[in-house]
This record gives sequence, structure tokens and C-alpha cells, in this order.
Amino acid sequence: MKSVALTGALALIALLVLIPFLWMITTSFMKSGESFSYPPKFWPSTFTLHQYSILFKRLHFLRDFFNSLAAASLMTICSLFINSLAGFAFAKYSFKSRKFMFTSFLATMVIPAQVGMLPVFLILRQLGMLNTYWGLILPGTVSAFSIFFFRQYMSSIPTDLIDSARIDGCSDFRIYWQIMLPLARPALVTLGIFTFLGTWNDFMWPLIVMNRDTMYTLPVALANLMGEHAPDTELMMAGSVVTILPIMILFLALQKSYVSGLVAGSLKE
Amino acid sequence: MLSPAGTPYIFIAPSLVLLTIFFVIPVVTAFLMSFTDFDIYSLANLHFARFVGLRNYTNLFSDPLFWKAMFNTFYFLIVGAPLTIFVALIAAVMLNSKLVKFKPVLRTGYFAPVVATLVAVSVVWKYIYDPHFGLLNYALSFLGVSPRDWLSDPFWAMPAIIFFAVWKNFGYTMMIFLAGLQTIPDGLYEAAEIDGAGPWQRFWKITVPMLAPTTLFVTVVTLIGYLQLFAEPYIMTGGGPVDSTLSIVLLMYRQGFRYWQMGYAASLAFVLAAVIFILTMIEMRIQGETKTV
Repeated sequence: MKSVALTGALALIALLVLIPFLWMITTSFMKSGESFSYPPKFWPSTFTLHQYSILFKRLHFLRDFFNSLAAASLMTICSLFINSLAGFAFAKYSFKSRKFMFTSFLATMVIPAQVGMLPVFLILRQLGMLNTYWGLILPGTVSAFSIFFFRQYMSSIPTDLIDSARIDGCSDFRIYWQIMLPLARPALVTLGIFTFLGTWNDFMWPLIVMNRDTMYTLPVALANLMGEHAPDTELMMAGSVVTILPIMILFLALQKSYVSGLVAGSLKE
Repeated sequence: MLSPAGTPYIFIAPSLVLLTIFFVIPVVTAFLMSFTDFDIYSLANLHFARFVGLRNYTNLFSDPLFWKAMFNTFYFLIVGAPLTIFVALIAAVMLNSKLVKFKPVLRTGYFAPVVATLVAVSVVWKYIYDPHFGLLNYALSFLGVSPRDWLSDPFWAMPAIIFFAVWKNFGYTMMIFLAGLQTIPDGLYEAAEIDGAGPWQRFWKITVPMLAPTTLFVTVVTLIGYLQLFAEPYIMTGGGPVDSTLSIVLLMYRQGFRYWQMGYAASLAFVLAAVIFILTMIEMRIQGETKTV
């Protein structure tokens, strides 16, 4: 009895937490102006895809969607490659400045990203990399957190495996590529989702770098749409659905790895 | 350990090069920039930037808008962070109870706002706060509260953003607390129960102290995140009404990337970095002391 009451109460709270999402979804299927009613409507009188057709046909949301997808994918691949390579070096090699370099990488976490943003913008402008995927991605590719995470994970992989591969004449890069990476798969998945989600959801940096409308990512496009179409509630809700839905699906599919990484990060502290 | 040679350096090189170009050099440049009058003319020709000593910093400290932004950011932090952590702790303790069924589903429900794109949910909440058709005023009408224009009222705009931020972020902290709760041995609670400690006492005397390291971690993470408040006011209020939700980062963005007062913006960025650094240190010191007591 107590169990039912407690579960019921928590379920009710969960429903309240999720109401904004539910309202967003149903409103996105209303016809224009239908949400201007009091009391507020939770269900469209007839379901219509009108808002989505405006978004994709007139407002180029497919292009923005593609930009987001491309940026997040590219970022994930580059970041996993570069950070795992560095993590491998810190985990399995002994070299002179190892400790100093590792500490230096970690020390960069103390300074907030906004500090470097103005000069990075100027550097990218000089290199002609504003409004490019590389301009969006490269400044954030190296992540001290990722390097740390990979180092921890790879340290637990037995060094014997590497030694025997060396005796068989395997090059160091092949050891990394064919032995370490496959074994570090859980770490790759976890950091992969973190990076993809982080890039997809990021706002301030894309707002600065992607100032040409053909290069907008979804959050930037949505923010600009808000400026022009604020009274079109139903349209704005459809835009929000398009932005949130892909990332939610990805999260639900890979939830376990995501949460385990989240928790691992906190317990290391 | 593998043989040294140059191999590890080659593996670290890509990270090191990128970090140097996109972090070390920019941070040093930003520091130098904060002592210049770098503006839109310097953008056209770097030679127009002149060294002005501490002028940006003195201007900053005598600019009422800066203090307004500082006040707002701290208001958001001091009310928002404890509230977020408190709600998260309650949610975690309730979810951790053995009596609760369907835990994974509930957990995912609470966590959903964390994953959702900040800009998109800010947009959704702007409509929830709508004075005429918004869900919030409708819900409050059942409690007899008269409708308000939350985001256009200088008094209510920041509380509205804080409420939104708690909704958006408590799930993250809750997950961390849930993991922390798993590490508390059941034996402690059983022993306390035998000694006659009630649920309230067990919560304060066992759960809270045992979660101290976890609390330190989430406090530091929340602190750093909340001091960088940007997208919420950018989308929901534009910093208004009458600058009541203007944050430090929003002011920096405006000065740097809208008015191109980059020298001035750089000094703002360093003040932010200093504030984050000092508060993190204080936080760790306080928690470190209470732990030894």
C-alpha cells in the first residue's frame, strides 16, 4: 500500500516534469493560432503537419538539421580519435614529461571556454574558417575530461597484450588501432554520446561561428526563428520538436552507457 | 609500460597542437587584449588596437551595467544552485527507496530535461510563461493565484528563469546522488533503526554526511555551470526587462560579438574566470574543513 502511494506520487511528479514536452509535441500538430485559447488546449482539434511543412519547405530546417548532424558527427569522430590517442600515450607509455603534460591538460579545465572565445574567433576569421564545420569543431575537439577518461580506462587493459603484439612485430599505431580501441569500446561509446549530445545542444559557440544562415545549426536556427516568428507558437513548437527529438531518441537508445559515464565522472573526483 | 622513443609524443601531438592553437594562445591573447582598446576598427586592422593599461578594468568596475550583471548572475547562482541540489537530493532519496516500483522509467523521466537541447526547451518555457495562454498561469489559477506576465516583470523574470533552470538541471544532480546513495552500506541504516533513530534522523545523521563528497562534486559542477548563464536569458528575455536577467556571459557576448568592444569583453571574461576560480577554491576549502570536523 505504502509502495503504491509512493510510486504513484513519484509518477505524478514525473508527469509534471514531462508536461512541457508533451505540450510541445501536441501543440506542434495544431493549426496556426489554435493554441491561442484559454483555458490552454492540450490536444489539436485535427492533427496537421502544416507547421512541419513550413519548417522544412520554407524555413530550411532540413539544411539546419543536416548542419547539426554533420557537426556533431564530425566532432564525435575527431574528438574520440584525438583524445583516445593521447589517453593511450598517457596510459601505456613512460616518458619524461608524462606527469607534467598530463597535469597541464587537466589544468586547462579550470579556465572557462568563454575566455578564449574572442581570440579564437579572430584566429578562425584569419584562417577563413568562420561558417565552416571545422571552425565549429576544432576549438572544442581536445577535451581534458576525455583524455582523462580514456587514460583511466586504458590503464586497466593488461599491458601483456601489448607486449606480445610487439613481439609479433606490430607497430605502435596498429597496437592502438587494432588492440586498444576495440578493447576500449565501452569508453568510446560513453564519450561518443557525451560529445555528440554536447555538440548537438551547444549554442553559444555556433551562434558566434555560424553567422551565415546556410550554416546555422538547429539551436541557432531556432533562436533566430524566435526573433521572426515569436507569435507563431505552433511553428516554434514544431521547431523545438525537430531539435529535441533526434537527441532524445539517441539518448534513450544508449542510456546505459551515458549514465554509467556520468556517474564514473563523479566518483573519480 | 612500452619503450619510450618518440612514439608517445607523436600520439599526444595532435591534442597538444590543437590545444595550443585554440586554447593556450587564445587565452594569453585574451589576457593581452584586455589591456587594449580592441574594437571594431581594430577588427579591420589589428594595428589600430592600442595599449590602454588597466582602463578596461577600471571602466568595468565603474560600469553600473557590469554590477547589475554581477548581481543577476549571483542571484541566479545563490538561489538556483542550492534549490537545484536540494530538489535533486529529495528526488534521489525518494527514488532510492526500496518501496518504489518502475524505477528506471521514473529516473529516465526526471532525467529527460537534462538531455533536451537548452535552446529548444527555453523556447518551450517562454510559451509556458505566456501571460495569456501559458500553462503556468492556468495551473496557478487553480490555486487562486492571479495571472502574471512572468518574463516581462523585472521582479519575476529571474525567479522564472531559476525555476526553469531547476527543472532543466536537477535530473543530472539526482543521477549523481543516486550513485552516491548506492555506496552507503545498508548496515548503517539498520543499526540506526535498532538504536531507535527515525527516518528524519537517519536522513540527517547518515545520508547527508555520507553524501558529503558527492555534494562537493555537484556543488562545484553546478557553481561553474550556473556562473556561465547565457542561453536561458538570451532566448527567454534577451537580458531584460530593464536588464533584470542580464548575466555576465550575456554582457560579454553583447560587448564582444555585437558591439565588437573586444578589449572590454576580454576583461569581462577574465573577471568571470577569476570569480569561478575563487568560488571553486572557497567551496573546496569549506567542504574540506567540515569533513575533518
